[in-house]
Formats: sequence, structure tokens, C-alpha cells
Amino acid sequence: MKALSLQGTNKQLPKKTFVETLKQMWLRDKWLYVLLIPGILYFLVFRYAPMYGIIIAFKNYVPYLGITESIWVGFDHFTAFFSSPDFLRLLGNTLWISFLSIAIAFPAPIFLAVLLNEVRFALYKKFVQTCIYIPHFLSWTIVVGLTHLLFSINGGVIVEMVETIFGMRINFLAEPEWFRPMIILQGVWKGTGWGTIIFLAALANVSPEQYEAAIVDGAGRFRRVWHITLPAIRGTVVIMLILTMGNVLSTGFDQIFLMTNSLNRSVADVFDTYVYNVGITRGSYSYSTAVGLFKSVVGIILILTTDFIAKKVDKESGLF
Amino acid sequence: MSDMHKLHNTKPGRVFDVINIIFLAVAAIVTLLPFIYVVAGSFATESELARRAFFIIPETFTLEAYRYIFTSEAFIRSIVITIGVTAVGTAVQLFFTFTMAYPLAKRSLRGRKLLINIVIFAMLFSGGMIPTFLVVQGLGLIDTYWALILPNAINPFNLIIIKNFFQNFSVELEESAKIDGASEIGIFWRIVLPLSKPIIATFALFYAVAIWNDFMSPLLYLNDSSKWTLQLLLRQVTISSDPNALGNLDPDYVPPAEGMKLAIIVIATLPIMTVYPFLQKHFAKGLLIGSVKG
Repeated sequence: MKALSLQGTNKQLPKKTFVETLKQMWLRDKWLYVLLIPGILYFLVFRYAPMYGIIIAFKNYVPYLGITESIWVGFDHFTAFFSSPDFLRLLGNTLWISFLSIAIAFPAPIFLAVLLNEVRFALYKKFVQTCIYIPHFLSWTIVVGLTHLLFSINGGVIVEMVETIFGMRINFLAEPEWFRPMIILQGVWKGTGWGTIIFLAALANVSPEQYEAAIVDGAGRFRRVWHITLPAIRGTVVIMLILTMGNVLSTGFDQIFLMTNSLNRSVADVFDTYVYNVGITRGSYSYSTAVGLFKSVVGIILILTTDFIAKKVDKESGLF
Repeated sequence: MSDMHKLHNTKPGRVFDVINIIFLAVAAIVTLLPFIYVVAGSFATESELARRAFFIIPETFTLEAYRYIFTSEAFIRSIVITIGVTAVGTAVQLFFTFTMAYPLAKRSLRGRKLLINIVIFAMLFSGGMIPTFLVVQGLGLIDTYWALILPNAINPFNLIIIKNFFQNFSVELEESAKIDGASEIGIFWRIVLPLSKPIIATFALFYAVAIWNDFMSPLLYLNDSSKWTLQLLLRQVTISSDPNALGNLDPDYVPPAEGMKLAIIVIATLPIMTVYPFLQKHFAKGLLIGSVKG
């Protein structure tokens, strides 16, 4: 203590004890720390306490015993899940939907952005953009509700139209083979317009002179798209694709849940909806937590891997 | 661009332009047509809805569907609940997010890096549906409206964007306020927040739309159907096609079963459409500044 005070009088910046540093910090920033309290409490209670709760995946959780008193069962729930026929079915359903959306819903906004970029009338472009962004803001309840109206077997417009043209009356909402096309169709309708934004932003950086020079050189419309527009968004496309790949196990709860019914359940169940059905509806908390944990762990591995790849591709990109 | 236009008035170019414009018009119409149909149908009679598969102008204009849903106690209740939860929820979530974002923007704050990492880890990994449900249940929030608000009080992505915004905030202004003897909370409240009105408005919209559209939280946390929000009622009416979802006061009265589905979709969409011009402007910006780095 004496040495410290001596040094203090010396005006040489003293070597402070840890406690003193803390004290000084507190005096300087105490109000900032006060402001942090609600936020920290939130993260502790609603984000990190559930992470602690994950240990029930390794226990036989019984509500009246609580988390700590429930008995340990190790990896029993995981082995039960992996050896049940549900596992492969869920994995298959999830991967099918992800694969189809990467094949169809992913390229759609790129295509649309390129077309929008070719429009010369700024006002018309703005008008189209205004229309196609709208569905992004609607809840899945509304989108699925609209689908039920338009595709209803009892007089839905599309069912009638298909019957007139192809002579078949198809129950799009109940037949299992139509489940995936419907999910993709909804995804395209809801997300394509909004998805163009990121590509249009990349295209906004292309200087008009590049196009003008190409015109002078006699390059036609398609050659300009091929040699200027597409290279300009290539980086963005690669990054978006990699990030999409990182999310293949997250198919989105609301849409799938709302589109599922007793007739299409065999192809509809994905990890998220399965966790809800088994956990919340049937009350198998531990087992469903194990299923959810499996999904989260694979998800985090995929995201970190794809982020790593994204950084290799382009140093500026990546999430973190 | 006009020079370019002149330079390139070749025939194939013009043909492409025409096709392109038509294609985009089709895209815009395909997006809007379901809404136009729903709005038109919500003003049509049941017999017309049954007879005509598609129309954009009803033959007979009627308010029957709206009259019916607005006499339904279940509907009025869910609307009032949803508006209330959205208003209170937005305020609470803004409070939590902004009070946390401001200190995290101070580079000199001890422990800042750790807290930011805690936030980022929460973006990557979560306890999942069941453990979160058990926490909400353990706090006694099941069947309360707080369960729709508190578990989502801070969206980590929003938090990071707001933190980045505050990092660019004028340091001189804050320093001069500090010399005048204002405390950090005083600066935050009297100087920083008033100057951040545009970004507060933006994130108020983000949160309000998210709460209004939230389906999963009410599904998980509200068992009591008298507490249902609009999204849950909407599912019951349009997807489950439950004819009694809105209740029936008079046994002799046949409710407009199809019309009420359309009308309730119109009502649920209306607030989103009202704020849409602002959303479009701000969300696009938010998306582009949405980098997690910093």
C-alpha cells in the first residue's frame, strides 16, 4: 500500500491493484453499467438460462422434480432418436425442402434483380419493386391463409383453373406429393422480391461507364449482362449461397407448421415442428430437447464452416 | 443513362425491353392479385363467392362479412389484445435494446468485448424451443401477455446495428455535455436519444411488425383461447376453417363463412400495409447496414 501511494505522488502512472482498477472503472462508467442491467438480465434469463436448460436432454426431466433433481440418462434420448424411424424421415423431409429452395427459391431473386437492373424507366422499376417487396412483411399465417383460399378444393381459384386447363381436380393442400411444391411456391412468392435487394445493391456499385464502354465496343444486351452484370453480383451470389447452405436444417417453423395437416404429415414433419409436437403437445421435454440440441449443434457447425468458406472466398465477407 | 438509351436503340434490344417490362408487370401482378381478390371478395356476398371462382369487382357490394366479424366478441378481443401487446411490447423491446446498445458502443467500457461476444454467441446458438418454454413456464408467464414480449425483448441483430449506429455518434457533442456536468444517463436521455429519433422510429417499426406477425410465441405460451392474438384467430378461421371460431350469437343466423375469412385477412394485413411505405424505406436501409462487424 505504501509503495503504491509513493508511486502515486510520483505521478508515474501507478500499478494499481485489480480492485482499484475496478473501483475507478465503476466511478467513471457507473451509469453506463446501470444502463446495461436490463439487457444483461434479458440475456441471462431468456438466452442463457435456456442454454443451461439443455442439460435436460441428458436427463429424464420430470417437472415436479425440477432440472437438478431429475436423473441423468446420458445419451439415451439421442440414441433413441437416431435409431427411431423418425430421424431419417425428418432429415429427409428437411433436406428435401432445403434442396428445393436452394435450387428454385435461391436463383429466383438473382434472375429478377438482373431483369430489374435492365429496366430503363426508373419510375417503373420503383413501382415493380414496391409491389414485390410487400409479401415479405406479411406473417406466415396470412400467407398460408391466402393459400388455403386460393387452393381450396371447394372452389379455390387455382383448383378451378387447373381443372379447366388440365382436366384434373387436384387437392394441393392435402396430397402429400404437393406439399413440397406448395412450400417452395409460397417461399418464392413471399421472398423473391425482397431477396432482390441485396443483389440490386451490389449492382448499384457498377458504374454506368462500364455499360457505355461495352455498348461502344458493340456488345449486345445479353453480352453486357453476361460480362458486366453477372460478374458484378458473383461475389454476393457466392456468399448468399454459402450462408443459405449453412441454414439447411432450419426450414422455418411457422410456414411448415401451418401447412401441415393429418394427410401430409409424413412428408411435412421437419425438426422444428417435430420438437413442438413431441415436446409441447406430448410433453416429452427431454427427448424433444435432445432433438432440438442435435439440430442446433449441426446448425452451428454448418454456419461456422460456411462462414469460414465465405471468408476464404472473399475476405470482406463473412458474418463475424 | 439516356445517352446509353440513344446509343442502344437496336431492334433486339427493344424487343428485350418490351418482354422484360411485361415479365416484370406479371411479377408485380402475381404478387398483388391475391390481395386484390381478397379485398374484393371480402365485400362480396356469400352466393357470389360460391358462384364465381375469381373476380376483382364484386357484383353486389356488401359489408356483411365485416359486420359479422366486428360483432364477434372473439375477434374484437383478439384485435384489442394484439394492438395492446404490440404497443407495450414495442416500447419494452425498444427500452431493452437501446439501453444495452448505448453502453456497448463506448469503446472504453471495460467488459464491452465480453458482452458483445455474449450477444453474438446468442445469435449463433440458442437453448431451443423446449428449454426456453420451460424458462417462460418457470417464471409463471404462461398465459400472460409478457410471454409474447419478454422472451424477444432484444433481437441481437437489431442490438448490434444500433450499437454500430451509436459508435458513429458525435463524440464531441457528448464530451461537451459531460463538461457541462451531465451524467451518462443524462447525456443518453437528453442528447443521444432525441438525436436518434429516426433510428428509434425505424426499430420501433421492426419490432412492431415482428410482434404483430408473431405466431410462434402465442402458439407456445397462450393456452387460454380467450387470450388469443389475431394471428392465432386468423389460423383458426382461415386455415382450420373453424366456423365457430368467431362464436355465433344467434342460432338462426348463418355467418358468412367465406366472407369472414377474407375480411379477417384484410384486417390483419391492414396495419402492415399502412406502415409499408415506411417499412420499405427503412428496412432496405437496415438490411444494408446490417453488418455484425464492429
